[in-house]
Amino acid sequence: MIDRRPFVQKILKNRKDNLRVVSGIGTSTWDLMSAGDNIGNFGFIGAMGQSIPFALGLATAQPNLRILLFTGDGDTLMSLGSLATIANHPVSNLTVIVLDNESYVETGSQPTATAGKSDLELIAKGSGFDNCYTVKSEDDYDKIINTVYNEEGPSLIVIKCEAKATPLVFPHSFDGAISMNRFMSSIKT
Amino acid sequence: MADLIKDWRNDIYAVFKDLDITMVSHVPDAGHTPLINLCEKDNEIDVVTLTTEQDGVGLSCGAYAGGRRSALLMQSSGVGNCINALALPNICRIPFLTLVSMRGEWGEFVPWQVPMGLGTPKVLEAMDIKVFRADYEEEVGSTVDAAARFAFNTNRSAAVLLSQKMIGAKQFKNG
Repeated sequence: MIDRRPFVQKILKNRKDNLRVVSGIGTSTWDLMSAGDNIGNFGFIGAMGQSIPFALGLATAQPNLRILLFTGDGDTLMSLGSLATIANHPVSNLTVIVLDNESYVETGSQPTATAGKSDLELIAKGSGFDNCYTVKSEDDYDKIINTVYNEEGPSLIVIKCEAKATPLVFPHSFDGAISMNRFMSSIKT
Repeated sequence: MADLIKDWRNDIYAVFKDLDITMVSHVPDAGHTPLINLCEKDNEIDVVTLTTEQDGVGLSCGAYAGGRRSALLMQSSGVGNCINALALPNICRIPFLTLVSMRGEWGEFVPWQVPMGLGTPKVLEAMDIKVFRADYEEEVGSTVDAAARFAFNTNRSAAVLLSQKMIGAKQFKNG
C-alpha cells in the first residue's frame, strides 16, 4: 500500500512545461494542491463524477499538451461509462491516475466497491483501455512517469493507497470561476 | 442530395459553423440524428458518443478550458441525468450549450416519457439554465443562434428545447 500524498508530490516533482493536471473531488484535490501551487492545476471540489469527462474534453482540445488526472475510486466509480467513452475516442495525451484507497475517506471511510469484488484496472480493460495497470509499490515510479509523458494513451493507472485521512490543502481559491480563469491562463489557445 | 432538402437541423449546423462550435457530444435521439450525421461528415467537428448525458457537461467544460466550443445534444429524458453536473459550468462560469429534443409533450405515445418531458424546463430553470424554446422550424436557427450567443458571450448555461410538435411524435405499432 502506497502513502498517496508523498507519492503524488513525487510524481509532480520536476514536472514538465507541457503537463496540465486536473484532480477529482475529494482527497485528490488536496493531494494535488499539497504538491505546490501551479497555474497549470485545476482541482474539482464538487460535481462528483465529472472530472473524467472534463479531462477527456481538455485532452481532446489540447492535443499538444499532456493531460494528467488524479482522481479517487469513488469519483471513478460514479462515471464508469466515461471510461468506455474515452477508450472509443482517439485521445493519446491523457493519463488517468486513480488513487484507489478502497474507501470514501472524506465521509467516514465507508468502503467502496473496490474494497469488495470490483477491480478498476479490469473495468478499464473491459472498457477498451489498451494501456492500464495497477501499481502497488513506489518502485513503479519510472513506469508511471513514462506513461504520463511519453506513452500513447489514453492510459489508466490504478495506484493502491492506504486509506487514511490527510490534512486538507486548499487550492488558490474555492471559487470555481477564479480557479478556471487561472487554469485557462496556463493554456495558450 | 439530402443536403438540399430543407431541414431545421441544417440551420443548427450552420450556427455551429458560424460560432465555431467544434465538438458535439450526444446520447443519440432520433430528432437529432440528421444533425449528428452532418457533424460526423465534418472533419472540423469532433463527435463524441456518450454513455450518459451528464458526461457531456464535463466534456463540454473540459473542451472549453482547452479553447474549444461545444454543444451537448440530448433528449428530454437525459436532462434529469445532468442536474448535479450542471453545477460545474455554473460555478466555473463556463459557457455551456445544450440542445434538447422534447418528448412527453405533443402527441406522445409512451407514458414513460411524460414525467421528464414535463419536468425538463423546470429542472433546467431550477439549475439557473437560461431556457430557450423552438416550436416551429422557421425559428430554430435564430433560437439556437441566440442561445449560443447568450452562453458564449455571457459565460452562462443555455438550453434550447426543440418541441415535439416540430420533431414529430413517433407512433409505435405493436407487432
